[in-house]
Amino acid sequence: MLNDWLFIGLIVLIAPVFPILALLIPRIIAPKKPHPLKNQTYECGIETVGDSWIQFKVQYYNFALIFLIFDVEIVFLFPWAVAYNQLPLFALVEGILFILILAAGLVYTWRKGVLEWH
Amino acid sequence: MTPLQILFILVAGVTLGAAFMVVTTRNMVHAALWLILGLFGIAVFFVLLDAGFLAVAQVIIYIGAISILMIFAIMLTRRIAQDVGSQISSGWGWAAGVSLLVFSGLAWMLSRWEGFHNQMPALDPGADPLIDLGKALVSPAGYVIPFEIASVLLVAALIGAIMVAWDKI
Amino acid sequence: MGDPVVLIANWLDGLLVGWGLADGWVTLIKTILGGVGISIFVLVIDIFLVWLERKFVARFQDRLGPNRLGPFGLIQPIADVIKLLIKENITPAGADKYIYNLAPIIALATVISLWAVIPLSPTMFGTDVNVGVLYIVAIGGISTLGILMAGWSSNNKYALLGAFRTVAQLVSYEIPMVISLLVPVILAKSMGINTIVSEQSIWFIFLAPVAALIFLISSHAELGRAPFDLAEAESEIVAGFHIEYTGMKFGMFYAGELLHALTVGALFSSFFLGGWQGPGAEAFPILGIVYFFIKAFAMYWVVAWLKYSLPRIRIDQMLNFNWKFLTPLSLVVLLLTATLDRLLINTSTWIYAGSMFFTNILLLIVLFQIMKRSGRRERKRVAEPKPIARPDGVRSVPTP
Repeated sequence: MLNDWLFIGLIVLIAPVFPILALLIPRIIAPKKPHPLKNQTYECGIETVGDSWIQFKVQYYNFALIFLIFDVEIVFLFPWAVAYNQLPLFALVEGILFILILAAGLVYTWRKGVLEWH
Repeated sequence: MTPLQILFILVAGVTLGAAFMVVTTRNMVHAALWLILGLFGIAVFFVLLDAGFLAVAQVIIYIGAISILMIFAIMLTRRIAQDVGSQISSGWGWAAGVSLLVFSGLAWMLSRWEGFHNQMPALDPGADPLIDLGKALVSPAGYVIPFEIASVLLVAALIGAIMVAWDKI
Repeated sequence: MGDPVVLIANWLDGLLVGWGLADGWVTLIKTILGGVGISIFVLVIDIFLVWLERKFVARFQDRLGPNRLGPFGLIQPIADVIKLLIKENITPAGADKYIYNLAPIIALATVISLWAVIPLSPTMFGTDVNVGVLYIVAIGGISTLGILMAGWSSNNKYALLGAFRTVAQLVSYEIPMVISLLVPVILAKSMGINTIVSEQSIWFIFLAPVAALIFLISSHAELGRAPFDLAEAESEIVAGFHIEYTGMKFGMFYAGELLHALTVGALFSSFFLGGWQGPGAEAFPILGIVYFFIKAFAMYWVVAWLKYSLPRIRIDQMLNFNWKFLTPLSLVVLLLTATLDRLLINTSTWIYAGSMFFTNILLLIVLFQIMKRSGRRERKRVAEPKPIARPDGVRSVPTP
């Protein structure tokens, strides 16, 4: 099985080589004329006002959190799905129970209004 | 030295280096990114141990979800993500002493463990570890109770985190 | 026989062993060459995609598209690449240099590494690792991280805002995508993508059309394309997380997005349309590649069709659609497929296929009714006259 992963390991190392090459070529042939006006951050053509930070909106965090919970659930479901064919009927009931408990969690967040975006 | 051993030493070096950088770098966002590199190293260890499923699960959950959560938390709550002041705290002597003690204790204990001299038991060539894992997760003689309790735990974590992060506008 | 890759591999074997290299080194060199080969192949197709995309958008908008450079404008993408290469690299002041340069590399490298597990033909694939589906999800997660890095390192609050919204969108739509991928895994009893393709005696789109639809919609949202393209909403936050990227760095984000669109087409065709399957594909693997690419480009055309015909939706509509509609729906489809699979376990193929198909159609009809009702309710709520302010301070509701 390790041989399967050899290809993946190598392609993870080889794949960035091409973008890196694509980045190095402009470094050689592109003009380099830095100018303070060119380096200013873009704000629709006007001068920047205030520091570069944004207001804390808890919605961003909430959605990442719900995603995390469902992500873990899905990872649990994959071995169940792969072995599904060879499992007795009881396994289906267990799977339904697992999914229903997490669906209850989703319904809770829905009713609490966490899924709204303001 | 077999290629596997060389690979292990390389990956271990990268992971330890990344962990060191997490603790010593001054920029919080950089620390989060070094942590991601360290977690990636752990995923490679799982592959070396023939546990492909755990490796991808590690990448999906840790790097794809938990790291993003951490980076969100860092970016949304710190105006300046830079640490100022000395990186070395005042009680560093005590800390060094305690960690040296713990390290030597662990090293002595591990040197007396015979597990290092055993070979890894080889899997049956026909057995598919993934199907065995799936069967074990739902068989009543296996891990079905932890499986169901895991879902309850996840819902509890969800409710708890929402209670903490909730900001009724 | 009709398999060039096996022929080249055998020739290389002979050559390298003849030079006296040990077995392990031979495997290593062959694997490296395979990796480089597939990366170059995919990048060449990417350049062709730039031309194809512009021709598609032109035809959808009733015009011709690039037709000046070369026959049918085929040299256009090369001119684009040259233009991007010679542009000046302007790094914004205060940008985090390492992360700023790392982000486009991650964006393109993750899409190239996706092709390691996609089977182009019965014998031509990078590797048939037994967790192929999860590998795809994992690499998708890493590309999300790349976007966050791009937004943060630009030291520009609009880029950061765009990156946050994009990541919220990508991360939300990953859930229905992965849940709908559980359906082919159940039907094919394995996570390896080549196994899923070879198990499709009946294409899975007929066994699970709703799952296919959910996968199509959520991967379309994962691509960040219209109607879900808040990240690039040009009239709103001016190009979102890649505002501050110029020249080839922007080119890599753009090329990565196009390649990702083709990859989604390839994945959809592997999971639901039978991948490389077709008459004669097992005997002559080269035919497998032809079928695979026909299906992948057909799905790419569907993705482009969706992009150029639909208006953009707002972020709250988008997230509502995901969490209140797609996620529960995908869970229902998963449970339905699992139950049916268990109930019909020993019936003949036709009964199995027929009942799965009709159950899905029934589900679609029920959904349609739910959507109609909720659409009616929403329209009534929006059409209510809203109070307006008058100059004399009295708020009144205008008479219709």
